[in-house]
Amino acid sequence: MKDYTASEMMIAASARELADVRVVFVGIGLPNVACNLAQRTVAPHLELVYEAGVYGARPGRLPLSIGDPCLVTGATSVVPMPHLFQYYLQAGRIDVGFLGVAQIDRYGNLNTTVIGPYQQPKVRLPGSGGGCDIALLARRVLVITRLSRRTFVEQLDFVTSPGHLTGGDARGRLGDYGQGPTVLITDMGIFRFDAETREMTLTSLHPECTVAGVQEQVGWELRVAEELATTGPPTAEELRIMREELDPGGRHRK
Amino acid sequence: MSKVTTMRDAIADLVRDGDCVAIEGFTHLICFAAGHEIIRQRKRGLTLCRLTPDLIYDQMIAAGCARKLVFSYLGNPGVGSLHAVRRAVEKGVPAPLELEEYSHFGMVGRLVAGAARLPFYPVRTFTGSDLPAVNRRIKQVEDPYGGEPVHVVPPLNPDLTVIHVQRADRDGNAQVWGLPGMQAEAAFAAARVIVVAEEIVDEGVIRADPNRTVIPGLIVDAVVPESYGAHPSYAQGYYDRDTEAYLAWDSISRDQAALGAWLDEWVYGLSGRAEYVEKMGPSVWQRLEPGEAWSGQVNYGLYR
Repeated sequence: MKDYTASEMMIAASARELADVRVVFVGIGLPNVACNLAQRTVAPHLELVYEAGVYGARPGRLPLSIGDPCLVTGATSVVPMPHLFQYYLQAGRIDVGFLGVAQIDRYGNLNTTVIGPYQQPKVRLPGSGGGCDIALLARRVLVITRLSRRTFVEQLDFVTSPGHLTGGDARGRLGDYGQGPTVLITDMGIFRFDAETREMTLTSLHPECTVAGVQEQVGWELRVAEELATTGPPTAEELRIMREELDPGGRHRK
Repeated sequence: MSKVTTMRDAIADLVRDGDCVAIEGFTHLICFAAGHEIIRQRKRGLTLCRLTPDLIYDQMIAAGCARKLVFSYLGNPGVGSLHAVRRAVEKGVPAPLELEEYSHFGMVGRLVAGAARLPFYPVRTFTGSDLPAVNRRIKQVEDPYGGEPVHVVPPLNPDLTVIHVQRADRDGNAQVWGLPGMQAEAAFAAARVIVVAEEIVDEGVIRADPNRTVIPGLIVDAVVPESYGAHPSYAQGYYDRDTEAYLAWDSISRDQAALGAWLDEWVYGLSGRAEYVEKMGPSVWQRLEPGEAWSGQVNYGLYR
């Protein structure tokens, strides 16, 4: 019997992906928890950048929003948003952009705008925020989201934030932007994007998860790596930090 | 010259039906007191602009103040949807709402261009996104110096911008610490500006720390003292963001009737922010009181 939730596994696996990263642009929701866990475990020198205008945050609590006062107190620098988006993001100072998403396709294109047609949406989602900007201008992008057929779709209703577009060298032909998504972390496994086709490929399964189980949640025929790894379960220390420090109420861990 | 007035008079004098209005402040310093007064005075047909419409525009749209929304992130940050905006967009309740949307960087570019009175602003974003297809105001131009084509956005020049600040003098010289967001750009871009301040201070306090001044009185039309005027948003060092209120809004706003009852109780039923603060009660303000973390002092030097 596991003594942790699938979400805790996902957050721990996400934090580990930041082990050698210096500067991360932190998205709202799950990325926020993962980046804060990374700073307290594998990446103590990680510079947390928030679109609200914070470089080098050292938050004393987990902020609900990405403009919380705890991000300001003790930070390296607090700047107007034109500085943050131009001198930090557009100028290529962000190593990793960390995003969540409502819909994703096999090439890591992201939709956070609408479900259904744009003019008459079935569900109106929040829209880009900084997502489109981060997806294009961060050197590379990590995505964290739970697997489900509603999220992993063959065809997006709207491309808010471009990933690898139609795959292959399609993104490269856009011009001088970042690499796009390189890793996708879910509650059942980890995907990496194939160097040639740019299609997401399952490379690691979390403990007790199966390829068939993952496939059930994905709306197209899944690509699976020849050598499939098993993700190490969350450590006692990772669980302690998530449960006691970052998310005692369990909002993100459930 | 003193521009100090009441919120009621400032809104009555400076907001007209059909205006383009920006109550700026990125998460920080969102002037709910001004939004509530606009609702109370039943202003109509407004084009509301903000990067993050937040609860304040959710409330103003539910109250029927707005015709159009210009924005870049339409959520309750960290919580989920803005349900009143969604009802307007998905079902036309209480009235249809026109949307004009950008990314954050797009809105940043629009306000910078507005403040600088530029014809457009280049932003290296939107490429490969569907946003330009649904918003024809996002365009692409050739680089006259031979580089890649670049997207441009038009200037945003509100008729009125409201900014909330920690302190201002009677002329409207205004100081902010913590997240500066887009407050200065939104104010410089606007035709008319209301500064709402937690505290009114002497001009000497401003002059003792000029680096902290975000906008000068030069561009300010009215100064409104309004303690706790940003709640449930926050003022760094004065009171915390009210996470409980942001979470509670999720269930209040799911139902138009419940939301209407909330507006009756907390907006229409009150004369202004002072009554709101009193009704909220001391336990809320105690809960939101931060500990202390003072900055050091710097020596500006005395030169004669």
